[in-house]
Amino acid sequence: MYNQTEIIKDTTELGPEGELVVNMGPQHPATHGVLHLVVTLNGETIKKIEPHLGYIHRSIEKMCESLTYRQFIYVTSRMDYLSSHINNTACALLVEKGMQIEVPERAQYVRTILNELTRIASHELWIGAMAMDLGAFTPFFYAFREREMITDIMEDTCGARLTMNYIVPGGLMYDIHPDFQNKVKAFIKQFKEKVTEYEDLVTNNVIFQSRTKGVGILSAEDAISFGCTGPVARASGVSCDIRKIAPYDVYAKVEFDEVIETAGDSFARYMVRIKEMNQSIRIIEQLIDTIPEGDFVGKTKNVLKLPKGEFYQRVETARGDFGVYIVSEGGTTPYRIKFRSPGFSNLSALSHMAEGSKIGDLMATMGTLDLVIPDIDR
Amino acid sequence: MTNEEIKVYISSHAPSVSYDETGEWLNLTIEAAEWKDLALAITRSPLKMDYLFCLTCLDWKTHLTMVYHLTSTTYRHNIVVKANLILDKPQIETVSEIWRTAEFHEREVFEMFGVHFLNHPDLRKLILEEDFKGFPLRKDFEDPINMIKL
Repeated sequence: MYNQTEIIKDTTELGPEGELVVNMGPQHPATHGVLHLVVTLNGETIKKIEPHLGYIHRSIEKMCESLTYRQFIYVTSRMDYLSSHINNTACALLVEKGMQIEVPERAQYVRTILNELTRIASHELWIGAMAMDLGAFTPFFYAFREREMITDIMEDTCGARLTMNYIVPGGLMYDIHPDFQNKVKAFIKQFKEKVTEYEDLVTNNVIFQSRTKGVGILSAEDAISFGCTGPVARASGVSCDIRKIAPYDVYAKVEFDEVIETAGDSFARYMVRIKEMNQSIRIIEQLIDTIPEGDFVGKTKNVLKLPKGEFYQRVETARGDFGVYIVSEGGTTPYRIKFRSPGFSNLSALSHMAEGSKIGDLMATMGTLDLVIPDIDR
Repeated sequence: MTNEEIKVYISSHAPSVSYDETGEWLNLTIEAAEWKDLALAITRSPLKMDYLFCLTCLDWKTHLTMVYHLTSTTYRHNIVVKANLILDKPQIETVSEIWRTAEFHEREVFEMFGVHFLNHPDLRKLILEEDFKGFPLRKDFEDPINMIKL
């Protein structure tokens, strides 16, 4: 038999006495990707978390410097693969802004509907995965039942279930599937019936509530300072919805509420996402019957050349403020491109949020940040 | 606040600043040495630039340019601050204690462009391996093994 304290002493030659360093990841079931966290513990209490990134760094920014303005959009689907439509939209909007391309109304409507469907699909996956991290297996199947309907709609319309690549500068790659509207309506009907099941299974679950309430608190000031956006910041009471601040496509025409909670804990972040799904349904309902007839893509030149200058486009993905920054020298490829990914900034707040809490609560804190690793690494 | 009012306030804190309004947002170019003082000034009233939403660097082959995209969560006005750095010894004061998101973003710029952030609390590589040689996002970077340039 060994003496516990002696082992701790042996491993802490470099650090202060009594500290234990635990490597979480890069292959950990709860990090949903290859994220490596070096957690410094004092007993069971977290003292510090140090993220090590780059396990799937593909240098997308450098790669884009040699891709044309039609090609670089497809790379962005591989960053935040759960919001690929929204990433594509950001890039298309930037090129349209730079070249002053008119986008037909039909395309704008379809883009907005697809963006909201993407948001719902992303949040659905998140609920399932996050509940599984906390030990509840059933919600995963419930969430995937509805998500499957969305991926089917995407498959019909875009030909792909995950990396859609359907949006091009000027509008859409091709027209929507004839059955698109009916399928979306069928989805809305089913979602509205079934969303109460999540409430029963997860929201009102005593175990879930006690594991998330008061865990991983982030104050509004810290959320702003750490550059947090999306549901993470909105759960701390920060109004940061780009769809409201700088509306794009047809978001200015539709009515929806920016969901804001003030508790700032893991449960508040959960509630924001649940309520956001309902708001997304509200947006889709307003648009689905009124998709205008007409062209699905505007007139563009074959070779796109952005004028000399700097362009920035912000959109609201399922994880927050996604920004594309392009510096153009007037050629067919960008001189420099920077993707401001929401996950990168949200992750930087993790150490601050988890400091002083127990290691068991780290799963709840990290789960509710909704990290997508390819989005962070780029 | 309008761009004119912002300009008056900023000029009173950083005299050598130059402006460019051709883009979407107000651009200002400052001396790297003045950045820390200006950063402290613009976070206070009346500008309240409390949210740094993008921090990156550009390689112009002759010099590097740090680019800071800032906005105010109270007033929603945006500015872009730029500072030119010399290529041989690029260094600028860190702003990670003013906007804490800068800590990670500056580490990324440090490894990708080789910019040294003075007084940064933890300036180490974040994404690349520790023994990685060179600065991948600089224009003169060539990697013959892992081709990232098409």
